Amino acid sequence: MTGSAPSATPMLILDGVNVAIFGKTILKDVSLTLRRKEILALTGESGSGKSMTALAVMGLLPGRMRATGTLRLDGADLLSRTEAQMCRIRGNEIGMVFQEPMTALNPVQTIGDQVAETILIHSAADRRAARTRAAEVLARVGLPQDRFPLGRYPHELSGGQRQRVVIAMAIALRPKLLIADEPTTALDVTTQAQILDLLKSLVREEGMALLMITHDLAVVSDMADRIAVMQHGKVVETGPTCQLFARMEHPYTRQLFAASGHRVSLPPQPSAARPLLEVHSVSRDYPLPRRIPFAPRKTFRAVDNVSFTMRQGDRVGLVGESGCGKSTLTRAILGLEPVQEGQIALDGAPVFSHGRPNPEVRRKMQVVFQDPYGSFNPRHKVGKLISEPFHLLPTKPDTSERRDRIAQALSAVGLSPDDADKYIHAFSGGQRQRIAIARALIIRPELIIFDEAVSALDVRVRAQILDLMADLSRQYRLSYLFISHDLSVVRTITDRVLVMQNGEIVEDGPTGQVYTNPQHPYTRQLLDAAPRLPDITPEMLHVPA
Amino acid sequence: MLTYLLKRLTSLVISLLVASLVIFLVVEVAPGDPASFMLGLNAQPDTVAALRAELGLDVPKFARYFAWLSGMISGDFGMSYTYRTPVAQMIADRFWVSMPLALMALALSTLIAFPAGLFAAARRGSAGDMGVMGATQLGVAIPNFWFAMMLVLVFAINLRWFSAGGFPGWDDPLLALKALTLPAIALALPQAAILTRVMRSALLDILGEDFMRTARAKGLSARQAIWRHGLRNALIPVLTIIGLQFSFLLAGAIIIEQVFFLPGLGRLVFQAITQRDLIVVESVVMLLVFAVIVVNFAVDLAYAAVDPRLRART
Repeated sequence: MTGSAPSATPMLILDGVNVAIFGKTILKDVSLTLRRKEILALTGESGSGKSMTALAVMGLLPGRMRATGTLRLDGADLLSRTEAQMCRIRGNEIGMVFQEPMTALNPVQTIGDQVAETILIHSAADRRAARTRAAEVLARVGLPQDRFPLGRYPHELSGGQRQRVVIAMAIALRPKLLIADEPTTALDVTTQAQILDLLKSLVREEGMALLMITHDLAVVSDMADRIAVMQHGKVVETGPTCQLFARMEHPYTRQLFAASGHRVSLPPQPSAARPLLEVHSVSRDYPLPRRIPFAPRKTFRAVDNVSFTMRQGDRVGLVGESGCGKSTLTRAILGLEPVQEGQIALDGAPVFSHGRPNPEVRRKMQVVFQDPYGSFNPRHKVGKLISEPFHLLPTKPDTSERRDRIAQALSAVGLSPDDADKYIHAFSGGQRQRIAIARALIIRPELIIFDEAVSALDVRVRAQILDLMADLSRQYRLSYLFISHDLSVVRTITDRVLVMQNGEIVEDGPTGQVYTNPQHPYTRQLLDAAPRLPDITPEMLHVPA
Repeated sequence: MLTYLLKRLTSLVISLLVASLVIFLVVEVAPGDPASFMLGLNAQPDTVAALRAELGLDVPKFARYFAWLSGMISGDFGMSYTYRTPVAQMIADRFWVSMPLALMALALSTLIAFPAGLFAAARRGSAGDMGVMGATQLGVAIPNFWFAMMLVLVFAINLRWFSAGGFPGWDDPLLALKALTLPAIALALPQAAILTRVMRSALLDILGEDFMRTARAKGLSARQAIWRHGLRNALIPVLTIIGLQFSFLLAGAIIIEQVFFLPGLGRLVFQAITQRDLIVVESVVMLLVFAVIVVNFAVDLAYAAVDPRLRART
């Protein structure tokens, strides 16, 4: 919350805004107001119309979509503006920040030129003054000239730094309204906290109004003065943050809230089980490009002397920020790449031997990836997709057994055996992730690795998948390694957690203990930075069926 | 940037050495005696022996390779067996026809393709786009020798604006350029069609990028966004194709040179091959390889100029 009082007259008014294309409703009767120095959060699941609302305000709706209704910025009607007039408003009176900082900047232009362009395009200053202002505004967002000169290119900056550049571009002309579309979704928690702080201080100090779009209720509760919840292109509930969380009048709001903080009940861990996965002092180096031709290559140590043991039935979480070595460690465990030092063994056998993955071990391990859209071949039917791991078996099942096991695996993840004859495009993101789990389950592996497996899903779908995982643990006594950057999910789905930083495991302990009493400063930093949902009272959680 | 340059230069020199070795091995060391091959089946043994001595085939292979290499570096390519003139001079004469022709054709195709590609990409799906795409389809499909003959028919025979063929030499540059105009157009047409399509699809890819949306959010119009942010990013694939096309235009103009009676490199190789003049073949091939490698080097430098990420990666 911004602290200082928002002004009385609305800066932005949406009244009965509709967007439709080919008879399909995109936005229906959206009405919102936003005042100066106020933060309005627009929340809801993917496809609810959050981003479309923002694009309607910008006049940048895709294709031939047109908005109707009333849309006023500081009293001026935006919908009656011509395209040329809108070009003068965009970047000048309305600034916008997007989700993907890695791709939102032009890779072949310096950051100075890109920030200065906002100023030059609106003829607000000459070239020299524009560069001075660019330097000023970059310093304002935390990129001072002595460390981040104007001549830097985007690829020389990290994701968080790039997002600061995008924000600098958006606020260079001190717009009245700043729209931020999932500005921190692609960032690590600590970076996210910094960017959210920056946005809050901009609203407070520069007197902007901020329309913030996010799917993350924890971020919303921490940030917004008011919240509007959207579903199917409609605003279903709106109100001041505290009040809205206290009342939650619309069932959809309650569902979202419940799903965001969803806890599963894991079955108790089997006691005194045998060791399953043994990672012993493993290091993984990558060669760096040569600075000078023929010079000896330097190496980068992505995983540094990591050791841990997973017992059968263990449910272990691996958390850490991007670049900490989680993915490298995962690839090493899967036997996809050799390690430079140490050994990794599953059931006593090395995962990588004679220069290739050990097939004996590979059939005891399966993996579920993050992207439910990219990890399936769209030209194969589901039955074929999920029976792919059969290739790993020494004797492949015959046709009828194959069919039985496909049906079994699909039923286990809550789908119908008939789905085996459909193509992957017929399924939603959540269903696809179920199919990915079915594919992992089909050969009854000893260990499943979930690599950010629920990170791309909407909260309600995520809750269902987590429930499914808990169910499957109960039925199949699963052992899994759950890799995620999302601390709240790891908390509920694991018994033990490993915290990774710069290639090292800095903390390893029972999940509850690590979360309530973190020992390592980095773990504490991560937990502090993670946005939290407001305290939940039992009546708040009551979701009608 | 300097390391990038250094690396590219190293790879340029290595490629040239490897290419020279391959050419040398194929032409001179491969089974069969070059001298008897050049003289044909019915040659007298003493004539063959004389030619062997003249070609220096009696010295060891390594010495021959280095002699050939150092000769080329100092500009001595040897004597043509058929014409009894220095190969260097023959190549130089032809080079000053083929090179300007290739450059003209490339300039023409780029001048057509850039605006056409931009126009089509900016109006994707419109009648204009479909028109441009249809025209490129036609441009790729028409054989360039047929198009060359049509040009001759219309502009040389009917309108009498240009001569139907031949090359007057560079004494009068205007006349020389005029003689190269029709061949350059004939060469450029299919290249322009391909380049237009590459340009269009590269731009369309870029239009979907996030940073193009960022540009619009800053207040740039759709057109400004393409000019300022789209074009340079689309250049990488376009430069690749331009590099490939130049090599082709330099060496592959053989048919067009025949149609217009131009004394170019393509014709020279063709004649040398029919006359079994190995020395000329070897030299011209080496020259073409040299040109291709140098053009690739230039394209690499152009990449680095366009894309700062390549400079950094070294």
